[in-house]
Amino acid sequence: MTIWQALRRPRFLLSSWPWRAFAYLASGSVLGMAVGIVLVVVAMTGAVLTIALVGFVVLALLPLCGLIVGPIERWRLRLVDPEKIPTPHRPPTKPGAWAWFVHRYRESATWRELAATLLLAVLGLADLIGLSVACTSVGLLLSAPLIIAFSDRSEEVISIGPGWQINTVGEALTLVPIGVLLAVVLAYLITAWAGGRANLTRTLLAPRDTQQVVALTRSRARLVDAFQAERRRIERDLHDGAQQRLVALTVELGLARLDAPPGSDVARRVASAHEQAKLALAELRELIRGVHPQVLTDRGLAPAVTEVAGRAVVPTTIEVDVGRRLAPEIEAAAYFVVTEALTNVDRHSKATSATVRGRIDDRLLVVEVIDDGVGGADPALGSGLVGLADRVAVVDGALTVVSPVGGPTLLRVEIPVR
Amino acid sequence: MRIVLAEDSVLLREGLVALLTRYGHEVVAAVGDAPSLIDAVERAGPDLVITDVRMPPTHSDDGLRAAVSLRTKNSALPVLVLSQYVEQTYAAELLDTGDTGGVGYLLKDRVGDVDDFADAVGRVAGGGTVVDPEVVRQLLRRRSDPLDRLTAREVEVLALMAEGRSNAAIARTLVVTEAAVTKHIGNILAKLDLPIDADDHRRVLAVLAYLRRLGG
Repeated sequence: MTIWQALRRPRFLLSSWPWRAFAYLASGSVLGMAVGIVLVVVAMTGAVLTIALVGFVVLALLPLCGLIVGPIERWRLRLVDPEKIPTPHRPPTKPGAWAWFVHRYRESATWRELAATLLLAVLGLADLIGLSVACTSVGLLLSAPLIIAFSDRSEEVISIGPGWQINTVGEALTLVPIGVLLAVVLAYLITAWAGGRANLTRTLLAPRDTQQVVALTRSRARLVDAFQAERRRIERDLHDGAQQRLVALTVELGLARLDAPPGSDVARRVASAHEQAKLALAELRELIRGVHPQVLTDRGLAPAVTEVAGRAVVPTTIEVDVGRRLAPEIEAAAYFVVTEALTNVDRHSKATSATVRGRIDDRLLVVEVIDDGVGGADPALGSGLVGLADRVAVVDGALTVVSPVGGPTLLRVEIPVR
Repeated sequence: MRIVLAEDSVLLREGLVALLTRYGHEVVAAVGDAPSLIDAVERAGPDLVITDVRMPPTHSDDGLRAAVSLRTKNSALPVLVLSQYVEQTYAAELLDTGDTGGVGYLLKDRVGDVDDFADAVGRVAGGGTVVDPEVVRQLLRRRSDPLDRLTAREVEVLALMAEGRSNAAIARTLVVTEAAVTKHIGNILAKLDLPIDADDHRRVLAVLAYLRRLGG
């Protein structure tokens, strides 16, 4: 549950959320003050020490203070945000202190953490003032009767603005409900404020690129799904429309051939039309099969792959046993890979035999296409292989090709299945 | 003979009715979905069922499933399935429904060759097996190690056998004598360790089962 959902729940006041929000802001203000003081002291020390050159090192290291504060802030955020933030930093590519220093300086995460640190120092002050005022007001209103009761009457007067002074315990008691009401309002305000601060912190301190990658992968998956659905629709429209019409036409022409006087011009014309209609039908059938194989939808991966292998020129053995139906996008991706791989085997490999293996191995669909051809298939050269890798990546899968010159070639796909 | 026909495209259904009527058959029911097909067969008790693979209610392989369930209930009922595409899986499921009574699996395109189609209808109704040449071609294309023992001519004969042709028809196609065909078939069955059975239909199923086993 997020802090914003918590705010809308009827039992919010009785939950731990207001206290967690308070703790988040209070700890933040204390940390912010401390950080502010340390930064100022270090900066001034560095400035003074520039005479001894050591100061330059101190000043150069100063922007890296976010590296210390960032993790603390990410950890503190868990008070009000159940979702953990991973570190936005990448490990340096080269060993050594200087490489580390350069790498960190070049990372945007470093500068975002610095921004978060400076904000913490500035806003920590605001938090401190706001929380102090809130606590004092509520405390004063709730304890007003006690203050009046235990004080010397002639001197103690609580003044609430001009022309309204509290002098008796009876009058002071009227302040208690006001205090309670103010406490309730402040609980909501403080929680909302903490939520805002938490969002700001998350924006600055969460890894940014992975979010983009996730969003991108999702949008790509949506595109592929839409593409698949569209292919299925086209396949069905062609099947229900043009294909049936053409079959009916060949029947009609076949019957007309029976009626035409043998050897006449009409008989020849009808015969020619009949042959052309049959050719058109065969071409259309191949086209539709390429758009979307019906057997994949009806029966799943193994039968569909068996069918592809039956049409391959190179004799192909099928050992596919996945035991159950998988998600349509996974079946489609695996089918697409096998189809493309076998086409490559036919075209380029000069193989005499090929094997397609498929199984589910600990929540992983593993499909392998092996041929005994000349090898030398290079993913960098073949755009087909790159397309396959893309296609598999959309369903979180991985594609490996092992193809030494002289063969054999192994193409392996691993796709996680739920 | 009396035929029940199931095909969801109205246009093609009418064309098929015209074709079958032309060859002297009577279409006692022409329906457009799988449940109606089951109903019609129960009511009319036809000599032959001709059905498309893909039809309502789900537009997947409802027609094929109906055909398989009809054959499971009554294995003597001849069934001819027309498929838009050659699918080994569908052919296998249909052929596995028993070796009594006729069974046929043809590509829809073959309907246009009206004479051949009428011939196939007759053979299935007469208890024979008819398998589309395309199915056989794909089966023969698989691992060919055991088939290596066969001569080229024997492979030709095997393909025609698998399609469910009679010895006479094979002899006509290859332009050899029927005696020669009988000798070829004897050699093939011996080489492939298949039962030498007098019944054509059962022999064809044995050959097909053998070819499918090769495919793994």
